Amino acid sequence: MSIDTDTAARVARLARIRVAQDDLPALASEFNAILGFIEQLNEVDVEGVEPMVSVTPQRLKRRDDVVTDGDRQAQILANAPDAREGFFAVPKVVE
Amino acid sequence: MTAPNDLTVAAARDALRRGDLTAVDVTRSCLDAIDGADALNAFAHRTPDLAMDRARAADARLKDGNAPDLCGIPLGIKDLFCTQGVPGQAGSRILQGFRPEYESTVTARLRDAGAVMLGKLNMDEFAMGSSNETSVYGPAVNPWRRAGDDTALTPGGSSGGSAAAVAAGLCLAATGTDTGGSIRQPAAFTGITGLKPTYGRCSRWGIVAFASSLDQAGPMTRDVRDAAILLGAMAGHDPLDSTSADLPVPDFEAALKGDIRGKVIGIPGEYRMDGMPDAIDALWRDGIAMMKDAGAEIRDISLPHTKYALPAYYVIAPAEASSNLARYDGVRFGHRATLDQGDGITEMYEKTRAEGFGDEVKRRVMVGTYVLSAGFYDAYYNRARKVRTLIKRDFDRAFADGVDAILTPATPSPAFALGAMQDADPVQMYLNDVFTVTVNLAGLPAIALPTGQDGAGLPLGLQLIGRPWGEAELLDAAYSLERAAGFVARPDRWW
Repeated sequence: MSIDTDTAARVARLARIRVAQDDLPALASEFNAILGFIEQLNEVDVEGVEPMVSVTPQRLKRRDDVVTDGDRQAQILANAPDAREGFFAVPKVVE
Repeated sequence: MTAPNDLTVAAARDALRRGDLTAVDVTRSCLDAIDGADALNAFAHRTPDLAMDRARAADARLKDGNAPDLCGIPLGIKDLFCTQGVPGQAGSRILQGFRPEYESTVTARLRDAGAVMLGKLNMDEFAMGSSNETSVYGPAVNPWRRAGDDTALTPGGSSGGSAAAVAAGLCLAATGTDTGGSIRQPAAFTGITGLKPTYGRCSRWGIVAFASSLDQAGPMTRDVRDAAILLGAMAGHDPLDSTSADLPVPDFEAALKGDIRGKVIGIPGEYRMDGMPDAIDALWRDGIAMMKDAGAEIRDISLPHTKYALPAYYVIAPAEASSNLARYDGVRFGHRATLDQGDGITEMYEKTRAEGFGDEVKRRVMVGTYVLSAGFYDAYYNRARKVRTLIKRDFDRAFADGVDAILTPATPSPAFALGAMQDADPVQMYLNDVFTVTVNLAGLPAIALPTGQDGAGLPLGLQLIGRPWGEAELLDAAYSLERAAGFVARPDRWW
């Protein structure tokens, strides 16, 4: 499996990270080095093996379905780069 | 007499209780040491006023009697832990200016036990790295140097600031986190003790997430006793972390008997790697001999899937990171890129993340995105999770066969020079974790402790791996090894 610059660009877009056109070949080559390393996993016989979900077998705890927290608008907005009138502000999404 | 900042936690605790020292004395001594150690770049954010306030409160509590073990003990906190009102960036530009409105469960427990926070410690960006060189603060520097050589060495990573600070006497102990070796590798590189607990022993709530199925907080200390004391204060069930175990926390310090007679120590053949430096090989052999002399039964064991741990890790950890780090979008906290006229929300995300993340973080987020993308999920991610099951099964079998603990080297080399890996391909850096990463995949507790030095005088560490939830027995085995090794070297002061 070899990653070309088009695939690298697609992955960058999916990850929402801008990568300059000139940097794509180097990125593709790094992906190839890492994926080449990962390819070793194909040597392992995993027939009938369950993929691990939780490393310590335990049942998730349950609790009553009630509100336990909230009313923290100021705290939640305190670190926002742009907050106005009690909301997070972002560039216009809908025309 | 030992300066207060160079004491162990246990010695300081006893001196504080006797009234031979005050928490203000110890704290001031650490703050002075920190001010004189800019060259190590260990502390990224200092909190001297908070520290003095807590020290005074600790002295009042000590005077009243019945103060907890950590009352008045100055600690460094890895920048990955959110601490209320104190800047925390996880070593990343994207969290520039972030001041958490809440306190992580682990640091809240330490605070409530009376511990004094000195500040936030340098680390690799989002804990992704093995040399502290991916940090936005610049690398922390190892207080150790090779004999007769001024080359600046890495303290390891990702908890490099924690390791450098404890080794240099800037704090009595520190918190670290370990996703693939980030407590144990820096501990080994700096001649200190580092413990990664069983997955679920310490709450992850309020710790910036990297790979949630692997991340675990733990202590970084001068010796095994201090690791036991600190773990006791950090551990315990937390309803805010659904993976935190609802199990009693034993008295780890009381478990230190130093008697390993009759215990079975497994030596996994697969950890004997081609091209392993002679110093590491000798260290391991010496450690085996020490445990045998102390009365342990040494048994050769096999962990056949060891070789596949690193490649499995480099699927699972980036996959989880790509999901966890999706939250850094320039909306709720941290950095937002300056936008051009006409830029929409997608440009905002893409520019913010391009500016805010460093190269290694971008690489891992994108690798994670790739292995989770349509068409590759089964081939990479599910396969890696199946291999993880097999890796855990290897350990389960060894323990079921009666092995009490497993002894391995902690790292494949001593500390290397800062900048030495600059031109290497990323996989070369990943190899640092070859002996540690299996433990994270299997969720086991493991401890690294210094047991020898290489030809240039640099510290070297061995790793003991224990049974799930068996930290008390593991610490006791480590205590035996520590006493047999008698490692007392400290770095010469140059900074």
